[in-house]
Amino acid sequence: MKVTFWGTRGSLAAPGADTARYGGNTSCVSVQGKEGTYIVLDAGTGIRSLGQNLPPELERVDILLTHLHMDHIQGLPFFAPLRRPGVEIHIWGPASTTLGLHARLQKYLSPPLFPVSVRELAAEFHFHELPADIIEIGEFKIYAQLVIHPNPTVGYRIQSSKIAVTYLPDHEPALAGQTFPHDKEWTSGYRLAEGVDLLIHDSQYTEEEYPQRRGFGHSSIRHAFQFATLSSVKRFAPFHHDPTHNDDMLDRMFEQTIQTMQPSYGVTPSREGSSIELTG
Amino acid sequence: MSQQEIEVILARHLAECLAMPVFIVSPDGDLIFYNEPAEMVLGLSYNETGMMPADEWSTIFNPVDLDGKPLPPEELPLMIALTQKHPAHKLLGIQGKDGIRRKIEVTAFPLVGQADRFVGAVAIFWESLK
Repeated sequence: MKVTFWGTRGSLAAPGADTARYGGNTSCVSVQGKEGTYIVLDAGTGIRSLGQNLPPELERVDILLTHLHMDHIQGLPFFAPLRRPGVEIHIWGPASTTLGLHARLQKYLSPPLFPVSVRELAAEFHFHELPADIIEIGEFKIYAQLVIHPNPTVGYRIQSSKIAVTYLPDHEPALAGQTFPHDKEWTSGYRLAEGVDLLIHDSQYTEEEYPQRRGFGHSSIRHAFQFATLSSVKRFAPFHHDPTHNDDMLDRMFEQTIQTMQPSYGVTPSREGSSIELTG
Repeated sequence: MSQQEIEVILARHLAECLAMPVFIVSPDGDLIFYNEPAEMVLGLSYNETGMMPADEWSTIFNPVDLDGKPLPPEELPLMIALTQKHPAHKLLGIQGKDGIRRKIEVTAFPLVGQADRFVGAVAIFWESLK
């Protein structure tokens, strides 16, 4: 299984010389299976570059949205396969209690926020609402469950026969409980992350920033490491970097946290353009 | 290890922040959480009891109606919220494990999550001054 980071930034794109190493584009990750199944996680601004790198003969693309905050959907209309006739675009994501996924997305993909609506795009669209039971896409079984983040938000566990990857880009498990980490049974996202080969998880804030941003739906870097420990993951990729954190600051955050926490799992901070190969 | 539904996790978090006694039960009727104010009224500690099956918690407090007659489990507001999936309110008497008899008012409601998933029920109760 090959996991590629096309956008690693959270909240707002942050291009510039001082964010070039970790990247300035917002959330987008691709997962490619051994048998060729290709799925896309979120449609932040990073998806534009992914679209340019996909083989032109690709007939189906599955885009799994965790939620509909702007940093996770802004790149969608710039995804090249949407303009190709005959391409099936399957969009998976959470509905709200009152609006379906299509209607929620249409709010962005319509004037005045965007000049082109879904019906004007050439590809063939299919919308699938979550959470659902297990989704099967090609060689992958995918589990989607609601997690703690403002507005309906799901996390994903993508499972092949031998490898599992969990994607929780926007997640604040420490919000539910007087102390963290707490019991596994009472921890948001635990069931998705338990024992995975790779956990991609929100680590947006420093310890100093977190108390002022509690409830915004994101984790401090220490909470992210603690969640990875609680979930017994094999490898951890900190993700959803804060737009105000430049490369040097992110280097310091990761170095200091690894030194303090001494994790038993491997840590590979997510960098735009980088890939992780996982073998069973 | 299974994990509670997110709506239940958030309900517990809310309960932990409230000064009112709160019960949370699973769709199967098991009492999966009660907060510290509930411990005071019930004379039990959640850390000691942990989860309690429905047939245990629904009788352990010896619930009675206003005439002092035993209340069958199916007439308890929490059981009504659980089985009929609508809100219920009742004034009743209980005897906690501390032996003290109290008159309480209970309001219970079902927890229905995203995609109409029934994930349990919640009861909030007050010692009654009526």
